[in-house]
Amino acid sequence: MEDKPITDQLVTSADWEPLVVAFFCNWCTYTAADLAGVSRMGYDHNVRVIRVMCSGRVDPQFVLDAFAHGADGVLIGGCHPGDCHYVEGNYKTLRRYHLLKRVLRDLGIEEGRLRLEWIAASEGEKVAKTINEMVEQVRALGPLRLTRRFKEWDAELASHEAEAQSEEVATHA
Amino acid sequence: MPDKPKVAFYWCASCGGCEESIVDLAEDILEVAQAVDIVFWPVALDFKRKDVEAMPDGSILATMVNGSIRTSEQEEMAHLLRRKSQILIAYGSCAHMGGVPSLANQFSREQILRYVYEEAPTVVNEQKVRPQPRHQYDGTALTLPEFRGLARSLDQVVEVDYYLPGCPPTPKLLKQAVLTLLSGELPPRGTVLAPDVALCDQCPRKETKPTDLQISEFKRPHWTQIDPEKCFLAQGVVCMGPATRSGCEAQCIQGNMPCTGCFGPTSRVRDQGAKILSALASPISAREPEEIEKILSGIPDPVGTFYRYSLAKSLLRAKVTR
Repeated sequence: MEDKPITDQLVTSADWEPLVVAFFCNWCTYTAADLAGVSRMGYDHNVRVIRVMCSGRVDPQFVLDAFAHGADGVLIGGCHPGDCHYVEGNYKTLRRYHLLKRVLRDLGIEEGRLRLEWIAASEGEKVAKTINEMVEQVRALGPLRLTRRFKEWDAELASHEAEAQSEEVATHA
Repeated sequence: MPDKPKVAFYWCASCGGCEESIVDLAEDILEVAQAVDIVFWPVALDFKRKDVEAMPDGSILATMVNGSIRTSEQEEMAHLLRRKSQILIAYGSCAHMGGVPSLANQFSREQILRYVYEEAPTVVNEQKVRPQPRHQYDGTALTLPEFRGLARSLDQVVEVDYYLPGCPPTPKLLKQAVLTLLSGELPPRGTVLAPDVALCDQCPRKETKPTDLQISEFKRPHWTQIDPEKCFLAQGVVCMGPATRSGCEAQCIQGNMPCTGCFGPTSRVRDQGAKILSALASPISAREPEEIEKILSGIPDPVGTFYRYSLAKSLLRAKVTR
Protein backbone atom coordinates (compact mmCIF):
# COMPACT_ATOMS: atom_id res chain seq x y z
CA MET A 1 0.00 0.00 0.00
CA GLU A 2 1.90 2.97 -1.33
CA ASP A 3 1.06 6.47 -0.20
CA LYS A 4 1.53 8.14 -3.55
CA PRO A 5 -1.66 8.82 -5.55
CA ILE A 6 -1.68 6.79 -8.75
CA THR A 7 -3.88 9.00 -10.85
CA ASP A 8 -3.24 12.55 -9.89
CA GLN A 9 -2.69 13.71 -13.43
CA LEU A 10 -5.83 11.90 -14.57
CA VAL A 11 -8.22 13.27 -11.98
CA THR A 12 -7.02 16.84 -12.19
CA SER A 13 -7.06 17.10 -15.98
CA ALA A 14 -10.17 18.14 -17.83
CA ASP A 15 -10.09 15.13 -20.14
CA TRP A 16 -10.67 12.63 -17.34
CA GLU A 17 -10.40 8.97 -18.15
CA PRO A 18 -11.81 6.33 -15.81
CA LEU A 19 -9.31 4.14 -14.00
CA VAL A 20 -10.35 0.64 -12.97
CA VAL A 21 -8.17 -1.52 -10.73
CA ALA A 22 -8.78 -5.22 -11.37
CA PHE A 23 -7.80 -8.04 -9.01
CA PHE A 24 -7.71 -11.26 -11.04
CA CYS A 25 -7.32 -14.77 -9.69
CA ASN A 26 -4.21 -16.53 -10.99
CA TRP A 27 -6.08 -19.76 -11.78
CA CYS A 28 -8.99 -18.45 -13.81
CA THR A 29 -9.56 -14.78 -14.63
CA TYR A 30 -5.88 -13.89 -15.00
CA THR A 31 -5.37 -16.86 -17.30
CA ALA A 32 -8.48 -15.80 -19.20
CA ALA A 33 -7.04 -12.29 -19.56
CA ASP A 34 -3.89 -13.89 -20.95
CA LEU A 35 -6.05 -15.86 -23.39
CA ALA A 36 -7.82 -12.66 -24.42
CA GLY A 37 -4.39 -11.18 -25.10
CA VAL A 38 -2.98 -14.02 -27.19
CA SER A 39 -6.30 -14.20 -29.04
CA ARG A 40 -5.84 -10.49 -29.88
CA MET A 41 -9.12 -9.48 -28.33
CA GLY A 42 -8.99 -5.79 -27.56
CA TYR A 43 -10.30 -4.32 -24.34
CA ASP A 44 -10.28 -0.88 -22.76
CA HIS A 45 -6.85 0.14 -21.58
CA ASN A 46 -8.30 1.96 -18.55
CA VAL A 47 -7.85 -1.16 -16.48
CA ARG A 48 -4.82 -2.00 -14.31
CA VAL A 49 -4.73 -5.71 -13.63
CA ILE A 50 -3.22 -7.06 -10.41
CA ARG A 51 -2.72 -10.80 -10.23
CA VAL A 52 -3.59 -12.47 -6.94
CA MET A 53 -3.40 -16.19 -6.13
CA CYS A 54 -7.13 -16.35 -5.37
CA SER A 55 -10.01 -13.89 -5.35
CA GLY A 56 -10.11 -14.83 -1.65
CA ARG A 57 -6.78 -13.01 -1.28
CA VAL A 58 -8.52 -9.70 -2.00
CA ASP A 59 -8.62 -8.14 1.43
CA PRO A 60 -11.39 -5.49 1.61
CA GLN A 61 -8.54 -3.13 2.54
CA PHE A 62 -7.17 -3.57 -1.01
CA VAL A 63 -10.43 -2.32 -2.47
CA LEU A 64 -10.66 0.68 -0.13
CA ASP A 65 -6.99 1.47 -0.68
CA ALA A 66 -7.46 1.43 -4.46
CA PHE A 67 -10.30 3.95 -4.13
CA ALA A 68 -8.34 6.04 -1.64
CA HIS A 69 -5.42 6.24 -4.10
CA GLY A 70 -7.48 7.38 -7.05
CA ALA A 71 -9.23 4.39 -8.62
CA ASP A 72 -12.71 5.13 -9.99
CA GLY A 73 -13.76 1.50 -9.97
CA VAL A 74 -12.59 -1.88 -8.70
CA LEU A 75 -13.19 -5.19 -10.43
CA ILE A 76 -12.61 -8.58 -8.82
CA GLY A 77 -12.41 -11.68 -11.02
CA GLY A 78 -12.59 -15.17 -9.50
CA CYS A 79 -13.37 -18.80 -10.34
CA HIS A 80 -16.97 -19.93 -10.80
CA PRO A 81 -18.66 -21.30 -7.66
CA GLY A 82 -17.39 -24.81 -7.01
CA ASP A 83 -14.24 -24.29 -9.09
CA CYS A 84 -11.98 -22.57 -6.54
CA HIS A 85 -8.43 -23.91 -6.57
CA TYR A 86 -8.50 -23.53 -2.79
CA VAL A 87 -12.05 -24.93 -2.45
CA GLU A 88 -13.69 -22.05 -0.52
CA GLY A 89 -11.82 -18.85 -1.47
CA ASN A 90 -14.36 -17.50 -3.93
CA TYR A 91 -17.26 -18.07 -1.53
CA LYS A 92 -15.44 -16.06 1.11
CA THR A 93 -14.96 -13.30 -1.44
CA LEU A 94 -18.64 -13.40 -2.33
CA ARG A 95 -19.68 -12.99 1.32
CA ARG A 96 -17.25 -10.14 1.92
CA TYR A 97 -18.32 -8.50 -1.34
CA HIS A 98 -21.94 -8.30 -0.16
CA LEU A 99 -20.97 -6.67 3.12
CA LEU A 100 -18.35 -4.40 1.53
CA LYS A 101 -20.96 -3.12 -0.94
CA ARG A 102 -23.12 -2.00 1.97
CA VAL A 103 -20.22 -0.25 3.67
CA LEU A 104 -19.28 1.50 0.41
CA ARG A 105 -22.87 2.61 -0.14
CA ASP A 106 -23.07 4.01 3.40
CA LEU A 107 -19.81 5.87 2.78
CA GLY A 108 -21.10 7.43 -0.43
CA ILE A 109 -19.43 5.27 -3.09
CA GLU A 110 -21.88 4.23 -5.80
CA GLU A 111 -22.70 0.56 -6.21
CA GLY A 112 -21.43 0.40 -9.79
CA ARG A 113 -17.87 1.16 -8.74
CA LEU A 114 -17.29 -2.32 -7.35
CA ARG A 115 -18.01 -5.49 -9.29
CA LEU A 116 -17.34 -9.18 -8.70
CA GLU A 117 -17.42 -11.51 -11.69
CA TRP A 118 -16.78 -15.24 -12.06
CA ILE A 119 -14.62 -15.85 -15.14
CA ALA A 120 -13.13 -19.26 -16.01
CA ALA A 121 -9.69 -19.71 -17.63
CA SER A 122 -11.35 -20.44 -20.98
CA GLU A 123 -13.52 -17.30 -20.99
CA GLY A 124 -11.18 -14.77 -22.60
CA GLU A 125 -14.10 -13.07 -24.29
CA LYS A 126 -15.86 -12.58 -20.96
CA VAL A 127 -12.80 -10.79 -19.59
CA ALA A 128 -12.85 -8.30 -22.47
CA LYS A 129 -16.61 -7.84 -22.20
CA THR A 130 -16.57 -7.38 -18.40
CA ILE A 131 -13.71 -4.87 -18.50
CA ASN A 132 -15.38 -2.85 -21.27
CA GLU A 133 -18.71 -2.83 -19.43
CA MET A 134 -17.05 -1.83 -16.17
CA VAL A 135 -15.11 1.02 -17.79
CA GLU A 136 -18.28 2.32 -19.47
CA GLN A 137 -20.23 2.09 -16.24
CA VAL A 138 -17.55 3.98 -14.33
CA ARG A 139 -17.32 6.54 -17.13
CA ALA A 140 -21.07 7.13 -16.77
CA LEU A 141 -20.72 7.55 -13.00
CA GLY A 142 -17.92 10.08 -13.48
CA PRO A 143 -14.70 10.61 -11.55
CA LEU A 144 -14.50 9.58 -7.90
CA ARG A 145 -11.39 11.75 -7.34
CA LEU A 146 -10.72 10.69 -3.78
CA THR A 147 -7.11 11.89 -3.88
CA ARG A 148 -8.34 15.30 -4.90
CA ARG A 149 -11.24 15.25 -2.44
CA PHE A 150 -8.88 14.47 0.44
CA LYS A 151 -6.83 17.53 -0.50
CA GLU A 152 -9.98 19.65 -0.65
CA TRP A 153 -11.11 18.42 2.77
CA ASP A 154 -7.76 19.36 4.27
CA ALA A 155 -7.65 22.81 2.67
CA GLU A 156 -9.36 24.08 5.84
CA LEU A 157 -6.11 23.18 7.62
CA ALA A 158 -4.04 25.04 5.04
CA SER A 159 -2.38 27.45 7.48
CA HIS A 160 -0.59 24.53 9.08
CA GLU A 161 0.12 22.65 5.89
CA ALA A 162 3.68 21.61 6.71
CA GLU A 163 2.67 19.73 9.83
CA ALA A 164 -0.39 18.19 8.25
CA GLN A 165 1.76 16.36 5.69
CA SER A 166 2.99 13.98 8.33
CA GLU A 167 -0.48 12.47 8.72
CA GLU A 168 -1.12 8.77 8.37
CA VAL A 169 2.54 7.78 8.46
CA ALA A 170 2.45 6.25 11.89
CA THR A 171 -0.10 3.47 11.50
CA HIS A 172 0.44 2.75 7.83
CA ALA A 173 1.17 -0.94 7.36
CA MET B 1 18.21 19.29 42.74
CA PRO B 2 17.36 19.45 39.04
CA ASP B 3 13.85 20.29 37.96
CA LYS B 4 11.43 17.41 37.65
CA PRO B 5 10.37 16.56 34.08
CA LYS B 6 7.32 18.55 32.99
CA VAL B 7 4.13 16.86 31.84
CA ALA B 8 0.90 18.32 30.45
CA PHE B 9 -2.60 17.02 29.72
CA TYR B 10 -5.13 18.55 27.35
CA TRP B 11 -8.55 17.67 25.98
CA CYS B 12 -10.11 18.41 22.61
CA ALA B 13 -13.38 16.92 21.25
CA SER B 14 -13.84 14.34 23.99
CA CYS B 15 -16.29 13.18 26.63
CA GLY B 16 -14.09 13.57 29.71
CA GLY B 17 -13.62 9.82 30.17
CA CYS B 18 -9.92 10.09 29.37
CA GLU B 19 -9.51 12.64 32.15
CA GLU B 20 -11.29 10.21 34.47
CA SER B 21 -8.85 7.51 33.52
CA ILE B 22 -5.94 9.68 34.71
CA VAL B 23 -7.66 10.13 38.05
CA ASP B 24 -8.27 6.37 38.05
CA LEU B 25 -4.56 5.94 38.71
CA ALA B 26 -5.82 6.31 42.31
CA GLU B 27 -2.91 6.23 44.79
CA ASP B 28 -0.48 5.62 41.92
CA ILE B 29 -1.13 9.20 40.85
CA LEU B 30 0.93 10.25 43.90
CA GLU B 31 3.87 8.31 42.55
CA VAL B 32 3.45 10.01 39.18
CA ALA B 33 3.00 13.44 40.77
CA GLN B 34 6.18 12.88 42.76
CA ALA B 35 8.19 12.05 39.65
CA VAL B 36 6.91 14.86 37.38
CA ASP B 37 5.64 18.42 37.44
CA ILE B 38 2.18 18.76 35.90
CA VAL B 39 2.41 22.15 34.20
CA PHE B 40 -0.94 22.24 32.36
CA TRP B 41 -4.15 20.27 32.93
CA PRO B 42 -7.27 22.37 32.39
CA VAL B 43 -9.66 19.88 33.95
CA ALA B 44 -7.81 19.85 37.28
CA LEU B 45 -5.32 22.71 37.55
CA ASP B 46 -5.66 26.44 37.07
CA PHE B 47 -3.14 27.08 34.31
CA LYS B 48 -4.18 29.00 31.21
CA ARG B 49 -3.24 28.97 27.58
CA LYS B 50 -1.06 32.06 28.09
CA ASP B 51 0.98 30.12 30.65
CA VAL B 52 1.72 27.50 28.00
CA GLU B 53 2.51 30.19 25.44
CA ALA B 54 5.05 31.66 27.86
CA MET B 55 6.98 28.38 28.18
CA PRO B 56 10.07 27.88 26.04
CA ASP B 57 9.58 25.59 23.02
CA GLY B 58 10.29 21.94 23.84
CA SER B 59 10.28 22.60 27.58
CA ILE B 60 7.54 20.06 28.36
CA LEU B 61 8.84 16.48 28.34
CA ALA B 62 5.50 14.96 27.32
CA THR B 63 1.98 16.13 26.61
CA MET B 64 -0.98 13.77 26.44
CA VAL B 65 -3.81 15.09 24.30
CA ASN B 66 -7.17 13.34 24.29
CA GLY B 67 -10.18 13.96 22.05
CA SER B 68 -10.48 14.33 18.30
CA ILE B 69 -9.83 17.64 16.54
CA ARG B 70 -13.02 19.31 15.39
CA THR B 71 -12.60 23.07 15.89
CA SER B 72 -10.03 25.71 14.96
CA GLU B 73 -9.25 26.22 18.64
CA GLN B 74 -8.44 22.53 19.14
CA GLU B 75 -6.19 22.75 16.09
CA GLU B 76 -4.38 25.77 17.53
CA MET B 77 -3.93 24.06 20.89
CA ALA B 78 -2.58 20.95 19.15
CA HIS B 79 0.00 23.07 17.33
CA LEU B 80 0.89 25.03 20.46
CA LEU B 81 1.36 21.90 22.57
CA ARG B 82 3.31 20.22 19.77
CA ARG B 83 5.72 23.12 19.77
CA LYS B 84 6.15 23.19 23.52
CA SER B 85 6.57 19.42 23.96
CA GLN B 86 9.41 17.04 23.23
CA ILE B 87 6.97 14.15 23.09
CA LEU B 88 3.33 14.38 22.05
CA ILE B 89 1.08 11.46 22.89
CA ALA B 90 -2.35 10.86 21.40
CA TYR B 91 -4.28 9.68 24.46
CA GLY B 92 -7.39 7.57 23.95
CA SER B 93 -9.39 6.44 20.91
CA CYS B 94 -10.45 9.91 19.76
CA ALA B 95 -6.95 11.39 19.55
CA HIS B 96 -5.65 8.05 18.23
CA MET B 97 -8.22 7.38 15.46
CA GLY B 98 -10.94 10.04 15.57
CA GLY B 99 -13.07 8.05 17.98
CA VAL B 100 -16.84 8.25 18.33
CA PRO B 101 -16.89 11.99 17.40
CA SER B 102 -15.53 11.07 13.96
CA LEU B 103 -18.65 9.01 13.21
CA ALA B 104 -20.00 12.49 12.43
CA ASN B 105 -17.81 12.31 9.31
CA GLN B 106 -20.79 10.55 7.76
CA PHE B 107 -22.55 13.92 7.65
CA SER B 108 -21.76 17.34 6.26
CA ARG B 109 -21.04 20.32 8.46
CA GLU B 110 -24.36 21.80 7.31
CA GLN B 111 -26.32 18.64 8.18
CA ILE B 112 -24.80 18.58 11.65
CA LEU B 113 -25.42 22.27 12.39
CA ARG B 114 -28.96 22.14 11.00
CA TYR B 115 -29.85 19.13 13.12
CA VAL B 116 -28.25 20.38 16.32
CA TYR B 117 -29.54 23.97 16.15
CA GLU B 118 -32.85 23.49 14.32
CA GLU B 119 -34.20 19.98 13.96
CA ALA B 120 -33.36 18.09 17.14
CA PRO B 121 -36.60 17.37 19.05
CA THR B 122 -35.35 19.13 22.18
CA VAL B 123 -34.49 22.37 20.37
CA VAL B 124 -36.71 25.47 20.20
CA ASN B 125 -35.09 27.95 17.84
CA GLU B 126 -37.74 29.67 15.74
CA GLN B 127 -35.38 32.25 14.35
CA LYS B 128 -32.96 29.52 13.38
CA VAL B 129 -30.08 31.25 15.13
CA ARG B 130 -26.73 29.59 14.70
CA PRO B 131 -23.48 30.31 16.51
CA GLN B 132 -21.24 32.65 14.53
CA PRO B 133 -17.45 32.75 14.67
CA ARG B 134 -17.67 36.57 15.04
CA HIS B 135 -20.37 38.73 16.62
CA GLN B 136 -20.70 42.33 17.76
CA TYR B 137 -22.47 42.82 21.09
CA ASP B 138 -22.67 46.20 22.83
CA GLY B 139 -19.71 47.41 20.86
CA THR B 140 -17.64 44.38 21.86
CA ALA B 141 -16.40 41.81 19.34
CA LEU B 142 -17.19 38.28 20.48
CA THR B 143 -15.59 35.25 18.85
CA LEU B 144 -16.09 31.49 18.79
CA PRO B 145 -13.86 28.81 17.25
CA GLU B 146 -14.66 27.63 13.71
CA PHE B 147 -16.41 24.28 13.43
CA ARG B 148 -14.41 22.29 10.85
CA GLY B 149 -15.87 20.14 8.07
CA LEU B 150 -14.34 16.94 9.47
CA ALA B 151 -13.38 15.43 12.80
CA ARG B 152 -9.73 14.39 12.75
CA SER B 153 -7.33 12.28 14.74
CA LEU B 154 -4.50 14.19 16.41
CA ASP B 155 -1.94 12.91 13.88
CA GLN B 156 -4.04 14.27 11.02
CA VAL B 157 -3.29 17.75 12.40
CA VAL B 158 0.17 17.57 14.00
CA GLU B 159 2.98 15.02 14.27
CA VAL B 160 2.40 12.53 17.04
CA ASP B 161 5.13 10.52 18.78
CA TYR B 162 3.14 7.83 20.58
CA TYR B 163 -0.39 6.54 20.97
CA LEU B 164 -2.12 5.34 24.11
CA PRO B 165 -5.20 3.50 22.83
CA GLY B 166 -8.54 2.87 24.46
CA CYS B 167 -11.84 4.42 25.36
CA PRO B 168 -10.36 5.28 27.77
CA PRO B 169 -6.82 3.88 28.15
CA THR B 170 -6.44 1.77 31.27
CA PRO B 171 -4.60 3.21 34.29
CA LYS B 172 -2.16 0.32 33.92
CA LEU B 173 -1.18 1.37 30.39
CA LEU B 174 -0.91 5.01 31.47
CA LYS B 175 1.37 4.12 34.36
CA GLN B 176 3.52 1.96 32.10
CA ALA B 177 3.74 4.78 29.57
CA VAL B 178 4.80 7.34 32.18
CA LEU B 179 7.44 4.96 33.58
CA THR B 180 8.72 4.28 30.05
CA LEU B 181 9.01 8.02 29.35
CA LEU B 182 10.88 8.60 32.59
CA SER B 183 13.24 5.69 31.94
CA GLY B 184 14.48 7.48 28.83
CA GLU B 185 14.43 4.22 26.87
CA LEU B 186 11.92 5.28 24.27
CA PRO B 187 10.25 2.90 21.84
CA PRO B 188 10.37 3.75 18.09
CA ARG B 189 8.41 6.86 17.17
CA GLY B 190 4.81 6.11 16.15
CA THR B 191 4.48 3.13 18.50
CA VAL B 192 1.08 2.35 19.98
CA LEU B 193 1.84 1.74 23.64
CA ALA B 194 -0.09 -1.54 24.01
CA PRO B 195 0.57 -5.16 23.04
CA ASP B 196 0.63 -5.72 19.27
CA VAL B 197 -1.63 -8.77 19.15
CA ALA B 198 -5.38 -9.12 18.60
CA LEU B 199 -7.67 -9.19 21.62
CA CYS B 200 -8.69 -12.80 20.80
CA ASP B 201 -5.16 -13.81 21.76
CA GLN B 202 -5.72 -12.63 25.34
CA CYS B 203 -9.43 -13.34 25.56
CA PRO B 204 -10.52 -15.48 28.52
CA ARG B 205 -12.96 -17.23 26.15
CA LYS B 206 -10.23 -18.09 23.62
CA GLU B 207 -10.60 -21.84 24.17
CA THR B 208 -14.24 -21.75 23.10
CA LYS B 209 -13.58 -20.08 19.72
CA PRO B 210 -14.18 -22.79 17.13
CA THR B 211 -11.38 -23.31 14.59
CA ASP B 212 -14.02 -23.76 11.89
CA LEU B 213 -16.24 -20.85 12.92
CA GLN B 214 -19.60 -20.81 11.11
CA ILE B 215 -22.01 -17.91 11.45
CA SER B 216 -25.61 -18.60 10.46
CA GLU B 217 -27.18 -15.61 12.19
CA PHE B 218 -26.02 -12.31 13.70
CA LYS B 219 -27.66 -11.56 17.03
CA ARG B 220 -27.69 -8.18 18.70
CA PRO B 221 -26.37 -8.21 22.29
CA HIS B 222 -29.43 -6.52 23.81
CA TRP B 223 -31.79 -9.06 22.27
CA THR B 224 -29.79 -12.10 23.26
CA GLN B 225 -29.14 -14.17 26.34
CA ILE B 226 -25.37 -14.27 26.13
CA ASP B 227 -23.56 -17.34 27.44
CA PRO B 228 -20.90 -15.84 29.77
CA GLU B 229 -18.35 -18.57 29.02
CA LYS B 230 -18.53 -18.94 25.25
CA CYS B 231 -16.83 -16.98 22.43
CA PHE B 232 -19.18 -14.21 21.24
CA LEU B 233 -18.62 -15.00 17.57
CA ALA B 234 -19.56 -18.63 18.22
CA GLN B 235 -22.86 -17.22 19.58
CA GLY B 236 -23.38 -15.04 16.51
CA VAL B 237 -22.76 -11.80 18.44
CA VAL B 238 -20.60 -9.25 16.61
CA CYS B 239 -17.33 -8.95 18.53
CA MET B 240 -14.49 -6.73 17.28
CA GLY B 241 -11.88 -8.86 19.04
CA PRO B 242 -10.29 -10.35 15.89
CA ALA B 243 -9.59 -6.85 14.47
CA THR B 244 -8.69 -5.09 17.71
CA ARG B 245 -5.44 -4.68 19.60
CA SER B 246 -5.27 -6.18 23.07
CA GLY B 247 -4.11 -4.42 26.24
CA CYS B 248 -7.52 -3.64 27.72
CA GLU B 249 -7.43 -6.77 29.91
CA ALA B 250 -10.64 -7.82 28.15
CA GLN B 251 -12.75 -5.71 30.46
CA CYS B 252 -15.86 -5.70 28.26
CA ILE B 253 -15.62 -9.45 27.75
CA GLN B 254 -15.36 -9.91 31.54
CA GLY B 255 -18.56 -7.86 31.80
CA ASN B 256 -20.20 -10.25 29.29
CA MET B 257 -20.27 -7.67 26.50
CA PRO B 258 -18.51 -8.07 23.16
CA CYS B 259 -15.50 -5.95 22.15
CA THR B 260 -16.43 -2.77 20.28
CA GLY B 261 -12.91 -2.08 19.04
CA CYS B 262 -11.70 0.94 21.04
CA PHE B 263 -8.02 -0.08 21.04
CA GLY B 264 -7.87 0.14 17.25
CA PRO B 265 -6.11 -2.34 14.97
CA THR B 266 -2.70 -3.97 15.35
CA SER B 267 0.27 -2.56 13.45
CA ARG B 268 -0.29 -4.95 10.52
CA VAL B 269 -3.75 -3.57 9.79
CA ARG B 270 -4.39 -0.22 8.12
CA ASP B 271 -8.20 -0.16 8.25
CA GLN B 272 -9.88 -1.73 11.28
CA GLY B 273 -13.38 -1.72 9.77
CA ALA B 274 -12.32 -3.54 6.61
CA LYS B 275 -10.51 -6.13 8.72
CA ILE B 276 -13.49 -6.96 10.93
CA LEU B 277 -15.71 -6.97 7.84
CA SER B 278 -13.47 -9.67 6.45
CA ALA B 279 -13.39 -11.62 9.71
CA LEU B 280 -17.20 -11.57 10.10
CA ALA B 281 -18.31 -12.13 6.51
CA SER B 282 -15.89 -14.92 5.53
CA PRO B 283 -17.28 -17.54 7.97
CA ILE B 284 -20.94 -16.99 7.08
CA SER B 285 -22.53 -20.39 6.48
CA ALA B 286 -24.23 -19.56 3.17
CA ARG B 287 -23.23 -19.69 -0.48
CA GLU B 288 -26.18 -18.12 -2.26
CA PRO B 289 -26.38 -14.33 -2.52
CA GLU B 290 -29.93 -14.19 -1.06
CA GLU B 291 -29.00 -16.30 1.96
CA ILE B 292 -25.82 -14.27 2.48
CA GLU B 293 -27.80 -11.02 2.37
CA LYS B 294 -30.32 -12.42 4.84
CA ILE B 295 -27.63 -13.30 7.36
CA LEU B 296 -25.86 -9.96 6.85
CA SER B 297 -29.10 -8.10 7.56
CA GLY B 298 -28.38 -8.96 11.21
CA ILE B 299 -25.77 -6.16 11.11
CA PRO B 300 -27.99 -3.09 10.61
CA ASP B 301 -25.25 -0.43 10.70
CA PRO B 302 -21.93 -1.80 9.47
CA VAL B 303 -20.15 1.58 9.36
CA GLY B 304 -21.21 2.53 12.89
CA THR B 305 -20.28 -0.92 14.18
CA PHE B 306 -16.99 -1.56 12.36
CA TYR B 307 -15.66 2.01 12.50
CA ARG B 308 -17.09 2.99 15.88
CA TYR B 309 -13.77 4.50 17.01
CA SER B 310 -11.78 4.78 13.79
CA LEU B 311 -13.70 6.44 10.96
CA ALA B 312 -11.37 9.47 10.76
CA LYS B 313 -8.35 7.18 10.39
CA SER B 314 -10.03 4.73 8.00
CA LEU B 315 -8.88 4.58 4.39
CA LEU B 316 -11.89 6.60 3.19
CA ARG B 317 -11.85 8.92 6.27
CA ALA B 318 -15.51 9.95 5.88
CA LYS B 319 -18.60 9.58 3.75
CA VAL B 320 -17.08 10.78 0.49
CA THR B 321 -20.22 12.57 -0.74
CA ARG B 322 -21.60 14.53 2.18
